[in-house]
Amino acid sequence: MTRTYFDRELESLEGQLLRMGVKVCDLLHLAVDSLVRQDLALAEKIIKEDDMFDQMDLKLETDCIKLIALRQPLAKDLRVISTVLKTSTDLERIADHCVNIAEITLRIGASQLIKPLIDIPVMAEAVEDMVRAGLKAFVDRDSGQAKTVCLQDDTIDHQYEELFLELTDLIRKTNDWEIIIQIVNLLFVARFLERVGDHATNIGERVIYLVTGEQEKY
Amino acid sequence: MDEFKEKATKIAAVAFNLFYGDFQALYQIEMKIPVNAITALIGPSGCGKTSFLRSLNRMNDLIHGVKISGQLYLDGEDIYKEKTDLIGLRKNVGMVFQKPNPFPMSVYDNIAYGPRIHGIKERRRLNAIVEQSLQQAALWDEVKDRLYQSALSLSGGQQQRLCIARLLAVEPEVLLMDEPCSALDPISTGKIEELILELKNNYTIIMVTHNLQQAARVSQVLGFFLLGRLVEYGPTEKIMTNPGQKKTENYLTGRFG
Repeated sequence: MTRTYFDRELESLEGQLLRMGVKVCDLLHLAVDSLVRQDLALAEKIIKEDDMFDQMDLKLETDCIKLIALRQPLAKDLRVISTVLKTSTDLERIADHCVNIAEITLRIGASQLIKPLIDIPVMAEAVEDMVRAGLKAFVDRDSGQAKTVCLQDDTIDHQYEELFLELTDLIRKTNDWEIIIQIVNLLFVARFLERVGDHATNIGERVIYLVTGEQEKY
Repeated sequence: MDEFKEKATKIAAVAFNLFYGDFQALYQIEMKIPVNAITALIGPSGCGKTSFLRSLNRMNDLIHGVKISGQLYLDGEDIYKEKTDLIGLRKNVGMVFQKPNPFPMSVYDNIAYGPRIHGIKERRRLNAIVEQSLQQAALWDEVKDRLYQSALSLSGGQQQRLCIARLLAVEPEVLLMDEPCSALDPISTGKIEELILELKNNYTIIMVTHNLQQAARVSQVLGFFLLGRLVEYGPTEKIMTNPGQKKTENYLTGRFG
């Protein structure tokens, strides 16, 4: 086999993406945790992480462009690089949503939560699993696994709709302005998690394209 | 436009085999080359792509011991059938080689040579042919004031464009190009590629190249040869992004060998 130098460069690129992916999943977990436990110090820490993910995304973009310019990749190599380029953007956006959730933690502050948060952590765990599964599908080059990730988006959308109905129902039942603001913020959290599900679906679609060369939208 | 599906076939190979004595260089080649498009033939050294190219105007006939079987159709006529007019064939299907080969005469006489051989003597008509051919080859502005200077005084890139103009002067329909830019610098290469892209609107072009990026830049249809066989053939865009055959994938990604 020839081209070992380029193979090493591709492996390095994939390694960077996976490290970013693992960190993003951990960040998501911590962001929702900070909300559930109203841990303001943790929320502050999460917000400071945003720059790091922006930098990781930029570095990945730079390295991808460099490989395209200098190696003129074709076929699967080209699809690997385009997958890394687009997935990096999705991961950076997920990191942004984690920061958004942490900012809501700070906004709610020490005020009593209207109810114990149960559905939001369940939804968060589901989308976190989607992201992890999408990254695993990328490592395994498994389009079947990737498709499974994409199909889970419907479940997430359904969970979001249920949460939306539940939370808007609570708004109807109160005149307390502080409570209404809190519910609106929780609605935002649900929305951010739904968007993370969309980004995980994008990752799945990218992996299907990498493996099969066919573009499928879910 | 999807050249591969929507254009008519100019050249068709049907179960085409080529032998140099006992050595079989091409095996059962099946290919439909679309009209007014650039078809690139790629593959490692010795794969048969140049042998196939040279079959398209029967240049291989000049090699002792060559045998073929199968058919090669040009506009529906088998060019290997008996009593084929070889001179007419080579006028209609012209060839440009890797190393530019201008004749040791003036620029004007290089272009006028072919038409003169085919019976055109009138000066005014020859002047018009020379100018038109050099215009088509994007060379006129550079040589119009030195038409009577030796063609050998031109640069490499200019000489190659002169060879293309020389071809165009006898009004071919098909242009065969055997690595036309490999002896040229990047700027000359760029000019020839631009020229080829313009010419494809009026000519069917088949080009052998070792340069995958060149094939990607100029061709609409791509054929990958390996050990005398046509492994994969189809739209360039599809093969370059998602080849169907593992061997093609390995060649394109340099993992061949």
